Amino acid sequence: MNAPLDLSLEDVAAYLRTQEEKDLLRFITCGSVDDGKSTLIGRLLYDTKLILEDQMAALEKDSATQGTTGGGIDFALLVDGLAAEREQGITIDVAYRFFTTEKRKFIVSDTPGHEQYTRNMATGASTAEVAVILIDARKGVLTQTRRHSYIVSLMGIRDVVLAVNKMDLVDFSQDTFDAIVADYAAFAAQVGIERFTAIPLSAKEGDNMIAPSPRTPWYDGPALLPFLETVEPRRDIADKPFRFPVQWVNRPNQDFRGFSGTIASGILRPGDLVTAQPSGRSSRVSRIVTFDGDLDVAVAGQAVTIVLADEIDISRGDALCAADAPCGVTDQFAAHILWMNEAALMPGRHYLFRLGTGQVGGQITELKHKVNVNTLEHQAAKHLDLNEVGFCNVALDHALPFDAYADNREMGAFIIVDRLTNATVGAGMIEFGLRRATNIAWHDMEITKDAHARQKGQKPCVLWFTGLSGAGKSTVANLVEKRLHALGRHTYSLDGDNVRHGLNKDLGFTEDDRVENIRRVAEVAKLFVDAGLIVVCSFISPFRNERQMARELVEDGEFFEVFVDAPLAVCAERDPKGLYKKAQEGKIKNFTGIDSPYEAPENPELVLNTAEDTAEALADRVIALLRENGHI
Amino acid sequence: MLGGLRPHSMSNGATMTYASVLSLHRLTHLRRLESESIQIMREVVAQFRNPAMLYSVGKDSAVMLHLALKAFHPSKLPFPLLHVDTTWKFREMIAFRDQRAADLGLDLLVHVNQDGVDQGIGPVSHGSAVHTDVMKTQGLKQALDKYGFDAAFGGARRDEEKSRAKERVFSFRSAAHRWDPKNQRPELWNQYNGRIHKGESIRVFPLSNWTELDIWQYIFLESIPVVPLYFAAPRPVVERDGALIMVDDDRLPLLPGETPQMRTVRFRTLGCYPLTGAIESEADTLQAVIREMLVSTTSERQGRVIDRDGGASMEAKKQEGYF
Repeated sequence: MNAPLDLSLEDVAAYLRTQEEKDLLRFITCGSVDDGKSTLIGRLLYDTKLILEDQMAALEKDSATQGTTGGGIDFALLVDGLAAEREQGITIDVAYRFFTTEKRKFIVSDTPGHEQYTRNMATGASTAEVAVILIDARKGVLTQTRRHSYIVSLMGIRDVVLAVNKMDLVDFSQDTFDAIVADYAAFAAQVGIERFTAIPLSAKEGDNMIAPSPRTPWYDGPALLPFLETVEPRRDIADKPFRFPVQWVNRPNQDFRGFSGTIASGILRPGDLVTAQPSGRSSRVSRIVTFDGDLDVAVAGQAVTIVLADEIDISRGDALCAADAPCGVTDQFAAHILWMNEAALMPGRHYLFRLGTGQVGGQITELKHKVNVNTLEHQAAKHLDLNEVGFCNVALDHALPFDAYADNREMGAFIIVDRLTNATVGAGMIEFGLRRATNIAWHDMEITKDAHARQKGQKPCVLWFTGLSGAGKSTVANLVEKRLHALGRHTYSLDGDNVRHGLNKDLGFTEDDRVENIRRVAEVAKLFVDAGLIVVCSFISPFRNERQMARELVEDGEFFEVFVDAPLAVCAERDPKGLYKKAQEGKIKNFTGIDSPYEAPENPELVLNTAEDTAEALADRVIALLRENGHI
Repeated sequence: MLGGLRPHSMSNGATMTYASVLSLHRLTHLRRLESESIQIMREVVAQFRNPAMLYSVGKDSAVMLHLALKAFHPSKLPFPLLHVDTTWKFREMIAFRDQRAADLGLDLLVHVNQDGVDQGIGPVSHGSAVHTDVMKTQGLKQALDKYGFDAAFGGARRDEEKSRAKERVFSFRSAAHRWDPKNQRPELWNQYNGRIHKGESIRVFPLSNWTELDIWQYIFLESIPVVPLYFAAPRPVVERDGALIMVDDDRLPLLPGETPQMRTVRFRTLGCYPLTGAIESEADTLQAVIREMLVSTTSERQGRVIDRDGGASMEAKKQEGYF
């Protein structure tokens, strides 16, 4: 902690005052274990006296038994259980470490460097202001250096240190260092890193770590720690237009209504004119309220509560902006997405998007390309697997306030959440809003959904039959539609095989195409419900996600999921179209139940077991369900 | 307002340039930590139906509570405090807790695992492992289930212990309150995913990025009241296995030959009194405590018996539902 060992109380008071001036830097270290990353962090902790007596005793003991430094202290062992993690098979995860010097407190995101941990590295980079990219001087710029640099740039880090480590093993050769720097500079520009600071060092022996090393007289730049103590990465955050995502409406009583949140960028003073997005309404700031009293000025990074002069309708998810430079509002944008889940990203699948303080459903409408994180090549793709980066168009269910990520990290970053598992499955950075969103407005039709329904004298809905091929979906659905027709109801049937002859004839049976198939059908079903019809859909529709999406397209109470259940063996035995036989012979790929999964409904409105009851009896039950719910 | 921000300097600074405003209003590290914690707390209140704040009466809880008062001002705390009382806390802790709750008009819930009390579970009779599991971990789970809390704040910090260094700010718990370190949600930027199914919950750690020194500096800057046990005073102690155990009441059986001695001691960390070792110290003021910490040569948790039960002890306890 760099404090002298003999302190008077006056010294402590003085020390505490200096602490009031100290600021904070978050940085990430990237590099594989071989590059000496752990040694570098261990060395920083050691040299800033963050290692205490009991820890040092343990380190000396471990160095003797497990160390790789031939008797010397092995700093890598300090950075705890990475090895232990691997032994236990735990996913290598981001660890946060802390140290402090006279000038700054540091938070280090310590992240692993292998390709399978790209998501962990991105997680660590998301909150970092500076990146330290390690290179082994003996090896020079490698594929992984390229990958680390790309992720760092993608996550918007503008201050990069190229730490050329293990200089002691190349005799502190200036030629070696210069060659590596030239090599790196060539592609740094290519990945969007405009500038970087290259430092020759030896983490193990301490050269250029906290002070200039006598062994690199040819290097006149800063040592690593002094650089980290003085770099100013947040210099422009207060310069940017005022942005304030509203987190929480603070309303203790009838007389007070404030908007609580953290200023994402810019400066705010009472009297400033602000505009609330997406509504576009403006008002003046009357007070900036904190527990410590009202403020005359507040800056980016501060958590405050804003009171406006006028009563305008503002809620969580909205953003208060400088009135002369408000943020954009869009429901469609182009973004880079990093996929973080074992279950692949499927264009057309419905996910939740958390952007700013808003949360809204939406989907990836187009996967333009994926980026090979090692070569930076653009490749065509139909889905994104774990750790892959893609450039995508996204459509949200309704518009949210945003800025491009490059302009404002907090206003342009979003996470993607799976609707069923609630897992965080992706992270995205908005590149730009799509004009289309603003140009395609809803045209208000005068003949409304209600008018259509009234004319037909019925309550429209969707009957969604799902189940394995051969389960009997189409048979039961056909009977149901005949009865409804006989009852004078207006209906239409959408059938899996039939739509593939027309609307969806361009789609195959891969997971991506199946998702798109159901998306289109669900949209058509919704239009038919708007038209006042009772829509009978018969689709294998194997994935819960898409059935959920279809359900959410229509209003509550308008969707009936009917699970047509029959054991796989029974379906394969029936095999009305001879498909199971072909699938078992390997002539058809991706056949549900054989080499493609079927996710059974968890809470269907109705389960029909076609192995036990006749189709007639089952159709009766569907009719009864519609009757109970007032649709007939 | 203390620290790096001096808003009042603007009131007479009509000629100030834009750049000087920026440099004046640079946030210090404590202000940035403070803002981050406040943001996390507001996020919880916005995302959850029924949150609660675990209040353990120690210094971290004191800071967490203070931050919560700031986060929701001028509203009152929009959630209750929950203290899981093992019945073996220092008497001064309980007195301090009740005084704070009364002073601030807080909604304080105290839960005791009655099953454990009925079975006579205690640290002396059953050892630290059984006592902690039954009175603390099981007691906590009972309380969370009883009140149906879907989010619970805890004052843990990442610098405390290895397994904590890897834990998320929003840390998912299954319906059985289990933590799965291998299957944590990625946490990027300041986006906290609080979506859960019924019965599941989130433990929230708003002090994740604070260190012990940050905590003490902030207590000093903000004049936050803490339990007097942190300050040196003559107290009756016995020495056991190298630890100084305070004889806080007559439930601590004395071993043959043991006599409580009055020694000037204080505590760096507070738990159940028979499980918490005191240190010899003359530091009887906040500044003296900070001075002592600045020159300290051992890590904070070495006074806690609980961490020594086994190699990966904290991680195992956390998986079972310990905070």
